[in-house]
Amino acid sequence: MSDFLRTYLTVAVFGASAVLLVAVSLGLARLVRPNRPSAAKAMNYESGVDPVGTGYSQDQIRYYLFALLFVMFDVEAIFIFPWAVGLEAYGLFGLVEMLAFITILALGLVYAWRKGVLRWA
Amino acid sequence: MIDAIEVPSIDWVALLPLTSLLFGALLLLATSALVPGRLVARLAAPFTLVVCAVSLGASVFVWRRLGEGTAPFADVADAVAIDRFGVFVAAVIAMAIALSTLLAQSDRSLQRLGNIELYALFLLSGSGGVMLAMANDLVVLFLGLEILSIALYVLAGYDVRRRESREAGLKYFVLGGFASAFLLYGIALLYGATGSTNLGQIGSFLAANLPSHQGLLLAGLALLIVGLAFKVAAVPFHSWAPDVYDGSPTPVTAFMASAAKAAAFAGMLRVLFTTFPTLADQWRPVIWVLAVGSLVVGAFLAIAQDDVKRMLAYSSISQAGFILLGVEAGSSFGVSSALFYLLAYTFMVAGSFAVVAIVAGGGGRPRPADEGRVPQHRLSAFRGLSARRPTLAFGFTVLLLAQAGVPFTSGFVAKFGVLGAAVGADSYALAIVAMLTAVVSAYMYLRIVLTMYLVAPDPGAPRVSIPAMAGAGLVVAVAVTIVLGVVPGPALSLARDAVPTLLGAG
Repeated sequence: MSDFLRTYLTVAVFGASAVLLVAVSLGLARLVRPNRPSAAKAMNYESGVDPVGTGYSQDQIRYYLFALLFVMFDVEAIFIFPWAVGLEAYGLFGLVEMLAFITILALGLVYAWRKGVLRWA
Repeated sequence: MIDAIEVPSIDWVALLPLTSLLFGALLLLATSALVPGRLVARLAAPFTLVVCAVSLGASVFVWRRLGEGTAPFADVADAVAIDRFGVFVAAVIAMAIALSTLLAQSDRSLQRLGNIELYALFLLSGSGGVMLAMANDLVVLFLGLEILSIALYVLAGYDVRRRESREAGLKYFVLGGFASAFLLYGIALLYGATGSTNLGQIGSFLAANLPSHQGLLLAGLALLIVGLAFKVAAVPFHSWAPDVYDGSPTPVTAFMASAAKAAAFAGMLRVLFTTFPTLADQWRPVIWVLAVGSLVVGAFLAIAQDDVKRMLAYSSISQAGFILLGVEAGSSFGVSSALFYLLAYTFMVAGSFAVVAIVAGGGGRPRPADEGRVPQHRLSAFRGLSARRPTLAFGFTVLLLAQAGVPFTSGFVAKFGVLGAAVGADSYALAIVAMLTAVVSAYMYLRIVLTMYLVAPDPGAPRVSIPAMAGAGLVVAVAVTIVLGVVPGPALSLARDAVPTLLGAG
């Protein structure tokens, strides 16, 4: 084993002991504890309230679309900050590149807007 | 004043096959959002076809320029390879988009949803595929694969009202995301092992010095192969293919099986053949296993299906196995055979799915009664098709026989090429497996043919109407399949000229 890999031995030992700890504590509990199943115990846990209906339900998706648009412009801002700091070095080339980037994103926003995504309906 | 950075020189004309698709998609989306009314919706399909034609024309132009004294070169700071290999695949992808567009234009369930986004996604996905084929840097390769894939995830789930389509979209997304992560991890490991992500630099680094500890390098290469093998649906990374092919709208399936497969194979061929020829002894056995697995699983599981779309999905897995034969050979003959196979298969598979869509009742006006109806792709829907629609049955027969590899079709020449490459590389066992599984696959193709010709049609079978656009696409696909089979010479020499070379090694 090379020196490089030997330094990773700690990680392996740590991982193995983590698995061992869980296995031992769960295994020991299983051996010791009494087993008396009942219908109430098998029920889904919903903060103490009896579960109602099925597990499948549909949610409003409009939050998702807003979040998506937000992330898009969030990432745009992340790109623009370092670009603005180095703008002098990038010169005209950098300006054109960034304008192209912003234009494409703006097209996306216009598209979403026209498709009625921004309307809270 | 900070020192100005060096701006990479960009040969825009050489990038036209890629940028025309990209700008076409953006233009389509922008116009559809800004111009009200139905005019844009009506012009979307012709516009998409024009964009494909422009991209194809640009490919032809760049191809000719590369022949007249201009040596292949690396563009945009060595990130993009401008060579005949990339241009060849770009042309195949443009044709695949055009065929899928013709098919989508007459699909009733898609017309209900509005087609503009579908075409825009075809073009975007195609531009990602072209980027993947032209990538001269692993990061660009990843970028291309993601642009290709993310649009495909949306396309698979495009028919939101059908549960199968939604399921296909989600399945493809989750598994595809996994595969992309593998690929990215592989790129990171390769960077760690060689100190570069540039294909040319990695290639020349490996040619100059062979690292004593190859673990990192081989692990990276293996993960890279996993990511690309997933996209071409090679066994054991095929499990998504039948469900996704079956659930997606049929025009999208046609696109997936033609353009996406061609792009992923292009990436695989370029990476393995130009950058890692020194490691051929290591990757050839891996590809060997992938090829045998794909051939056997694709052929045998196809027999057990009674849904034609699923049969074609498994058949596409076994065809991927045949193309892997050309990859495994690791010779320039193997690469050119694989390229010819990709060209031929694009038309075969797009045409086959066109027939499936037509028989399933994709044509005509949208009717309220069709709301939520599951399209019929079962084999029983093809009973007695020769009596109901003789030309359609004949076209499908030609395409199926081509996939089985019958002489005087493009499939025969393609299979002959990859088998020749395998024998030339002394992979006799692989060639024998391929021959035997081809016989098994032939059973499946002939079963469809016999169902069309020898079984009487069901009394209540619906009338099959052939929409003009899908019919035109089918005629083109059948014509190309026959022409490539009878006069394969020109296309074969094109494929020979398209063998990639190592670029930008410096």
